[in-house]
Amino acid sequence: MAAIIQGIGAATALTSPNSLDIKKSFLSISPRSLSVRKGSSFVVSSDGRLSYGLNGRGGRAEHFITNAVAAKEDTAAASTSSKPGHELLLFEALREGLEEEMDRDPTVCVMGEDVGHYGGSYKVTKGLAPKYGDLRVLDTPIAENSFTGMGIGAAMTGLRPVVEGMNMGFLLLAFNQISNNCGMLHYTSGGQFKIPIVIRGPGGVGRQLGAEHSQRLESYFQSIPGIQMVACSTPYNAKGLMKAAIRSDNPVILFEHVLLYNLKERIPDEEYVLNLEEAEMVRPGEHVTILTYSRMRYHVMQAAKTLVNKGYDPEVIDIRSLKPFDLYTIGKSVKKTHRVLIVEECMRTGGIGASLTAAITENFHDYLDAPIVCLSSQDVPTPYAGTLENWTVVQPPQIVTAVEQLCQ
Amino acid sequence: MALSTSRRAINQFIKPLSSSVYATRRLTSDSTATITVETSLPFTAHNIDPPSRSITTSPNELMTFFSDMAEMRRMEIAADSLYKAKLIRGFCHLYDGQEAVAVGMESAITRKDCIITAYRDHCIFLGRGGTLLESFAELMGRKEGCSRGKGGSMHFYKKEGGFYGGHGIVGAQVPLGIGLAFAQKYSKEEYVTFAMYGDGAANQGQLFEALNMAALWDLPAILVCENNHYGMGTAEWRAAKSPAYYKRGDYVPGLKVDGMDVFAVKQACKFAKEHALKNGPIILEMDTYRYHGHSMSDPGSTYRTRDEISGVRQERDPIERIRKLILAHDIATEKELKDIEKEKRKIVDEAIAKAKESPMPDPSELFTNVYVKGFGVEACGADRKEVRATLP
Repeated sequence: MAAIIQGIGAATALTSPNSLDIKKSFLSISPRSLSVRKGSSFVVSSDGRLSYGLNGRGGRAEHFITNAVAAKEDTAAASTSSKPGHELLLFEALREGLEEEMDRDPTVCVMGEDVGHYGGSYKVTKGLAPKYGDLRVLDTPIAENSFTGMGIGAAMTGLRPVVEGMNMGFLLLAFNQISNNCGMLHYTSGGQFKIPIVIRGPGGVGRQLGAEHSQRLESYFQSIPGIQMVACSTPYNAKGLMKAAIRSDNPVILFEHVLLYNLKERIPDEEYVLNLEEAEMVRPGEHVTILTYSRMRYHVMQAAKTLVNKGYDPEVIDIRSLKPFDLYTIGKSVKKTHRVLIVEECMRTGGIGASLTAAITENFHDYLDAPIVCLSSQDVPTPYAGTLENWTVVQPPQIVTAVEQLCQ
Repeated sequence: MALSTSRRAINQFIKPLSSSVYATRRLTSDSTATITVETSLPFTAHNIDPPSRSITTSPNELMTFFSDMAEMRRMEIAADSLYKAKLIRGFCHLYDGQEAVAVGMESAITRKDCIITAYRDHCIFLGRGGTLLESFAELMGRKEGCSRGKGGSMHFYKKEGGFYGGHGIVGAQVPLGIGLAFAQKYSKEEYVTFAMYGDGAANQGQLFEALNMAALWDLPAILVCENNHYGMGTAEWRAAKSPAYYKRGDYVPGLKVDGMDVFAVKQACKFAKEHALKNGPIILEMDTYRYHGHSMSDPGSTYRTRDEISGVRQERDPIERIRKLILAHDIATEKELKDIEKEKRKIVDEAIAKAKESPMPDPSELFTNVYVKGFGVEACGADRKEVRATLP
């Protein structure tokens, strides 16, 4: 793939600030992580076309990254004492990504409940309506089924709507539109229509929001053919995935989490777009592969602190892409560690973890030294009481115990 | 004897002429001549002033209407036989009897206006520029079908013709249609969208949600209810408390149209387009009838009498109405019209023969068009085994 890296700064900025931050926020990671780190690099070729993954197929071009990292370190040393990039919260990162895409492409529009004048129930679309107008940032009535359908119809003509579900759980009302029209129209029309829509919203278990507002829709949507699902977990990947989702010609469902909106991180000033199908190596390790996404990433990293103190070396991968799974990154990790622990927020039955377990078993059975352990939420409606709610989701001590048992 | 030979000679002389362009032969078939027709019934209106009953047309237009509707009728009858011969499988919903709606609508609009409908879409596809070959090939699941054989009877689409399908879940196409209208308003082009649905789907909630939004934002959407009085096997009075579908929009104006009269349909659609571009949505209720059952699995006679069907066929058939008009205005002879129908029969048979020869889709087509090429599935997913990255 003859892709030219435009703006080495962009490519390099992807790696160093993020890994520096992760170093700060979590454990001390050995310097070798910089060279091993591949993950979220993105290349914009000179004709403006996006190429996902540096070589697109299989082999990640590690030589690009290490060179770029080395170059960046030189310039970083030479630059001023102020750190590169700017600090912001996750919802601001989402907004930044959305705004940049709306500036860049006039066909990008937003629709959802209270996204316009109110600014979004989680402030993701704050300030956009005064800037772009009421038609481009559209306040819809409470009619998920039809405004999702409306977004899909608009996408058929070439617009790129970003449909917001105020809470992912409300999108159950739009299931027909998402499954039959959004996912299948490209196929049933023989390729005539593409649906470049982004459906996004917060989901997951929050702080005592009650059963109906604590749903994990990724488990329901994962079977729909024709859609892609990604879950963001940090401001850095939130902005990158938002931009990638908008630029993608496929329908993408972007899962955010209610409790992660106020995470703060320093992200690059330069423009960057992440790869939708790629997983993120959060912490390389040797003993066990822990696969996670969204909020559970933080529970895992908390458990990782304890585990390192106990002498374990977990490899933590944020899978990010829920459909399709990045079996390349996952497979490489399994080949190295031979033990897999999946930590997810979906319920045990029919969740992302269940599918991931099946996929890994089918493809990498020979590399496994122990059965895959999948820690998921309990198969119950999320209770209101705080203590009960805590017991519904996976907590760090459970992760530590699971790793200890796996590594025996 | 001499008389008959001379008549035969004359006939042989005339025949080649008659098989060529009709318009040049007859006195009144001058294409610039205008004829004024009146619709069979006046329009019934809700919250709006109805358009006039008189419409001007031309002999050319009359002949085109006849020809188009004859082709559609022939196609649907042929599809019936193909289904019984098990060349078409699954669901097949036929449109014969309702041709006037498709043809009338098409004559009032351009290809940049959008049409979206549910599963009874074969004739609308034809009206939007689809070919008979694409139709039959798609019905038989062949590669040359409009959707490459992957959609089937309920999923005909024609992007260049502004035809957005072809949808299996009734009612869901109406919000899609509102989305098309939204995009038209967004891009500030002066075009409209016709979102069609049936009397059965008229009771879907998403329709009213969509109508609310269209009215709220003045979207150029026209909701067309093709009321053939039966939602599969349930008569309209058994499914709807208020079968006056054109009134169901409440604050949205509505017009009830005789859907078996192609001129009434044309007038109503022209009127609706002007209205929608200025004032937002409007509902058109087309009072029409389908001769076949709901689909090929439905005989169509368990919930209605054969007398009713034959009664409608005798009194309101759209093609017969045009035929009478053409004969009354001396635009063509009975024989010429029959020849047109024979011609249509021939081209339909040719299209079927060609479609039968068309190959089935390649097995690799199973995985194409799931995602837009170049984006999407890179590595194996738990869902599909299309290996793009070599796993370690």
